[in-house]
Amino acid sequence: MTRFVLGTVASFGLAAVVWEAFARSGLFSPALSPSLAVILPALAQMIVSGTIFVHIAYTLYRILWGLGLAALLGVPVGILMGRFKAVERFVLPLVSVLSPIPSLAWVPLFILWFGLGDAASIALVLYAATFPIVLNTWTGVRSVNRIWIRSAETLGAGARDLFQKVVLPGSLPFVIAGLRQAFARSWIAVVGGEMIAATSWGLGWVIFDSKEFLRTDVMLSTLVVIGFLGLGFERLIFQAVERRTVGRWGMVRTVGT
Amino acid sequence: MDHIELRHIDYEYAASERAVTALRDVSFGVADSEFICVVGRSGCGKTTLLNILAGFLTPTKGDVLIGGRAVSGRGLDRGVVFQDFAQLFPWRTAQRNVEFGLEMKGVPRDERAKTAQRFLGLVNLEQFAGAYPHELSGGMQQRVAIARALAYNPSVLLMDEPFAALDALTRDEMQRLLVDVWRETKKTIVYVTHNVAEAVYLADRVVVLTPHPGTVKAEVKVALARPRDSLSVPFVECQKTVVGHLR
Repeated sequence: MTRFVLGTVASFGLAAVVWEAFARSGLFSPALSPSLAVILPALAQMIVSGTIFVHIAYTLYRILWGLGLAALLGVPVGILMGRFKAVERFVLPLVSVLSPIPSLAWVPLFILWFGLGDAASIALVLYAATFPIVLNTWTGVRSVNRIWIRSAETLGAGARDLFQKVVLPGSLPFVIAGLRQAFARSWIAVVGGEMIAATSWGLGWVIFDSKEFLRTDVMLSTLVVIGFLGLGFERLIFQAVERRTVGRWGMVRTVGT
Repeated sequence: MDHIELRHIDYEYAASERAVTALRDVSFGVADSEFICVVGRSGCGKTTLLNILAGFLTPTKGDVLIGGRAVSGRGLDRGVVFQDFAQLFPWRTAQRNVEFGLEMKGVPRDERAKTAQRFLGLVNLEQFAGAYPHELSGGMQQRVAIARALAYNPSVLLMDEPFAALDALTRDEMQRLLVDVWRETKKTIVYVTHNVAEAVYLADRVVVLTPHPGTVKAEVKVALARPRDSLSVPFVECQKTVVGHLR
């Protein structure tokens, strides 16, 4: 654990030094590439005034709705694909065609359909997050060790128990990997979506709005906030879930061990 | 009457558009509470035979009878232990693994826990009930697998080289333990192995299978008192007899 913290501090320290060198190199004017001495007070001010938390809340609200719906949709679809060849044959071509289309390419259409605001951003996140979840869950079901299935069958498991008590836990490492990937893609979608489709709230909107006023310090502060939110979710949600499930079961090596 | 009867079993499978005969006219019986080892080199069809007994494969010809009833498909009258340590469910503790079959049978939770603990005790693992499989050694995992296969009270225990991946010392220990478990539970055991010494140590009777196609070459009765001494002259003589049939 302490070694992990040390690693984190060291890599952040290095990144800060590189940024500082870039900012002071004179490549761009200080207004365009502000030093940490300018960025950090701007960040502090956003925190003190509390506005940043409202933006965070809006963005997270959109992400969590989109991601939640994507999980509700993607996990069952992935499982059905893994279990039934007919579903696989039907769904896979659709997924293969839709998943490479960048979610941001849908923004103009989604604005026309859902208007400016939450619905367009949530739909965008849903689009971005669904496919990684589907594909990973599908892979997870296919990679369930066959000897578990055989064992369960000799122990009298029917189709339902096989599914609930073997296939589901057996594919969990992949489902978690899918959710992780989906979460990363959700940020791309939501920030991009908010730049165009949001009205006055949300981290993406802040970045875009700051450009109008040349507030590069606010833009960079917001980027830092997004980064740390991602880190927080990774540490507090994904790694914690992993430690308590697939890590505890020895199915994957957990981070920092 | 024999508890298990194999009657003229043929098994063919298709390999690159060509029918391969894995087993031909395999017949033998196993008495109630008898310990049988099926010995043969790899490719002789011994695992195929076990898979037929387990109900994973259906013979092309012939019948399998257990307790006088023809077998088709899997059933809770048979427990199976595989060679692969990965057969345990990693997401379940040792005890919950052992409970799995009982859970499928709808046994209430308290009774399940009690039975599972009893069978973990039978394989000397009662203090590891709460451990996950990856926290156990290979030998311990195989012991949990044995407990799991016995817990729902099948009359037959089918074992496919369960100790082949263990080191020699652990294997010896496991063999002794298995004989104890067999004596205590009085199960009918069919145990597949390529290890002649193991077969002679464990079995009442050794069935020798020869390949291409798999046929019963001989049946060797092992009339030695247990516990057996693998260095004694009669033991080595018996081993020689079996090896002679394998050549």
